[in-house]
Amino acid sequence: MSTPSFDYLDRLEAEAIHILREVAGQFERPALLFSGGKDSIVLTRLAEKAFRPGRFPFPLVHVDTGHNFPEVLAYRDALAEQLGEKLIVRSVEDTIRRQRLREPMGKYPSRNPLQTYTLLETIEEFEFDACIGGARRDEEKARAKERIFSVRDEFGQWDPKRQRPELWNIYNGRIQKGENVRVFPISNWTELDVWRYIQRENIALPDIYFGHERTCVVLPSGQLLGLTEHIRLDKDDEIVTRQVRFRTVGDSTCTAAVESDAATVEDIIQDLLLAKVSERGATRLDDNISEAGMEDRKRNGYF
Amino acid sequence: MSPKGHSATPSTSPQIIFHISHISHINHLLQVDLLRFITCGSVDDGKSTLIGRLLYDSESVSLDVLAALEKRQASGGVVDLALLTDGLRAEREQGITIDVAYKYFTTPRRKFIITDAPGHVQYTRNMVTGASNADLAIVLVDARQGVIEQTRRHTLIAALLGIRHFVLAVNKMDLVDYDQAVFDQIAIDYAALTNHFHLPAATAIPLSALNGDNVVTRSKHLPWYTGPSLLEHLESVPSAVETTAAPRFQVQYVIRPQTPELPDYRGYAGQILSGQYRRGERVRVLPSGLESEIEAIEVNQEEVESAAAPQAVVIRLRDDLDVSRGDALVPVAAEATVTRELEATLCWMSEQPLWPGRKLLVQHHTTLTKASVSAILYKVNVHTFARVSAEQAQLNDIVRVRLKTAQPLAVDLYQENRATGSFILVDEVSGDTLAAGLVEASNSEYFTAPVQPPVAFSI
Repeated sequence: MSTPSFDYLDRLEAEAIHILREVAGQFERPALLFSGGKDSIVLTRLAEKAFRPGRFPFPLVHVDTGHNFPEVLAYRDALAEQLGEKLIVRSVEDTIRRQRLREPMGKYPSRNPLQTYTLLETIEEFEFDACIGGARRDEEKARAKERIFSVRDEFGQWDPKRQRPELWNIYNGRIQKGENVRVFPISNWTELDVWRYIQRENIALPDIYFGHERTCVVLPSGQLLGLTEHIRLDKDDEIVTRQVRFRTVGDSTCTAAVESDAATVEDIIQDLLLAKVSERGATRLDDNISEAGMEDRKRNGYF
Repeated sequence: MSPKGHSATPSTSPQIIFHISHISHINHLLQVDLLRFITCGSVDDGKSTLIGRLLYDSESVSLDVLAALEKRQASGGVVDLALLTDGLRAEREQGITIDVAYKYFTTPRRKFIITDAPGHVQYTRNMVTGASNADLAIVLVDARQGVIEQTRRHTLIAALLGIRHFVLAVNKMDLVDYDQAVFDQIAIDYAALTNHFHLPAATAIPLSALNGDNVVTRSKHLPWYTGPSLLEHLESVPSAVETTAAPRFQVQYVIRPQTPELPDYRGYAGQILSGQYRRGERVRVLPSGLESEIEAIEVNQEEVESAAAPQAVVIRLRDDLDVSRGDALVPVAAEATVTRELEATLCWMSEQPLWPGRKLLVQHHTTLTKASVSAILYKVNVHTFARVSAEQAQLNDIVRVRLKTAQPLAVDLYQENRATGSFILVDEVSGDTLAAGLVEASNSEYFTAPVQPPVAFSI
């Protein structure tokens, strides 16, 4: 028998499938957190590879901020339908009403921080013991230290000093009542890896990832924010129409667009190889608040 | 803002920078493989600076990340490349690396996963964690200090965890005037260490992480050195080969669709841990000992003739046996030891000490069973690897123990198979990971005799 050699994407894929199957084997009530973004779309492809011809051993769960891009919601419903898997949607709107939370104020009101409340409510409602997410370690410095199986207390909090050592490819998902585990199967993937995988697997994505014409507000930083009814416009705001695409897909009020006429996955990969600004830096308004922005939010139960 | 404005000037290399002309190669021609390496050394050795330099010079650092770094520089000017890796606030405050961090960069030849683990003796457990996944270790020494106690400790721990490729990175050559005699003496001292412990020979490279000498590009300051730069070496080291070891596979999950189209489908999903599997091969289910034949191997729902580590596959057997998560499927020609008694090396990772008689759980990949540590045979001095007697194991201790398990485990010796010779110990109540375990000897007295003929499985 000849010795087969594997491409690095083959290795990353095998690792992710192994992790997904460990979730299925170790937990009673896991869930896959599905945002409609490219990373969680890749997770659904990996789940197909891990569990077909069987069903997924978990539902897809989407926390809808109410500020989502309509294209992404349509994609979400179509994908769940095509996969024939269960989709659970819980909305931040309902959480705000039920918990009498204050709507975020300001010019660009982001419901991103409120997602955490809805996520924790949903975890409680369905008694999820493991939530699979598409976070990657290359996104941010605090994430670079997070485990693949990340144990959270009942408030969803991450304690970087109390992390379990993660040895070899042995994943310890044993928890006490009230705790749950966040699982990140594509921890070791970079943005470029994700795109190369999308290319290799020919995965369909929501249109907003590709270059399209959009009316945008120009932010003081020079970043472009797609115009939606949630943004409170002033009369001296500069409104422009540009050829743009999105590198990440979060809340429409905190996800900036980048100018691009990339029409295909191939174009995007070329863009990325030449790009000099990291994914979160280019597009996330919420991380810029403080140097420890992500670390603080993760401690508080954010994904 | 342009990175050219910083005093840490990027050295340019056509091999590294993604010029447009390279892109088509990257996408279509080259098979890019993967190398995981760990960097061993303390903050003072410039470990974080070295990693920062690798990321910086291979253009893996983006402008906004550099801008964030600059914002923190009190006086402006020199960008401290070490800050690229020290992620957590506590670490920034204390100025030390306290946890394992992972960093990534890709060249046209390879994707690299860097495990940055702390060097202090009180973080031995983090180093063990980092080394458990690495193919190669970069052992960093300060050219002014040479081989010191911690160099020895890092090397021994990395070797214990099964790393076979070592780089001795002699850093801060700029501070010894790039003197060849200094470098040669350190290389000789280190070779004495590796010879003494029968470790694989290291590749010694003189460099300056701060100035970028010999990190990505060869340096004009070191004309007497004719070997590769660090990155050139990292790109040429053979990557992991799990395929040469004995075939090992553990069931992670049983796929049973029970649909009208597939009423009887029963597939054993798992990752091939080592070696290769072929369709039609006779296999034994461990620990039960039942025998069957591989009817099909599926990769992404397609049947294949053979598959190899580290592929994630589904295996279907000819016979309906009682096989569940945790069971191993092993070719009859390459059997593993099935045992309830092990001798193992532990790295103890809990603040609560280990006493003989302690009950806990052992997780051997997908197998979870109760166990007890029946005896602590000795402790290893992590600086000398001399054996000393010990009544208990404390946090960061490396000890040899005897372990008894409730269910039999199908194991190999760690030295022969990193995948099936490794396990973790878990606290039954808190669920915390207590120790990393390496199988050193197994007692086959408890070998479970094969049951003949196979028992039919009924639902």
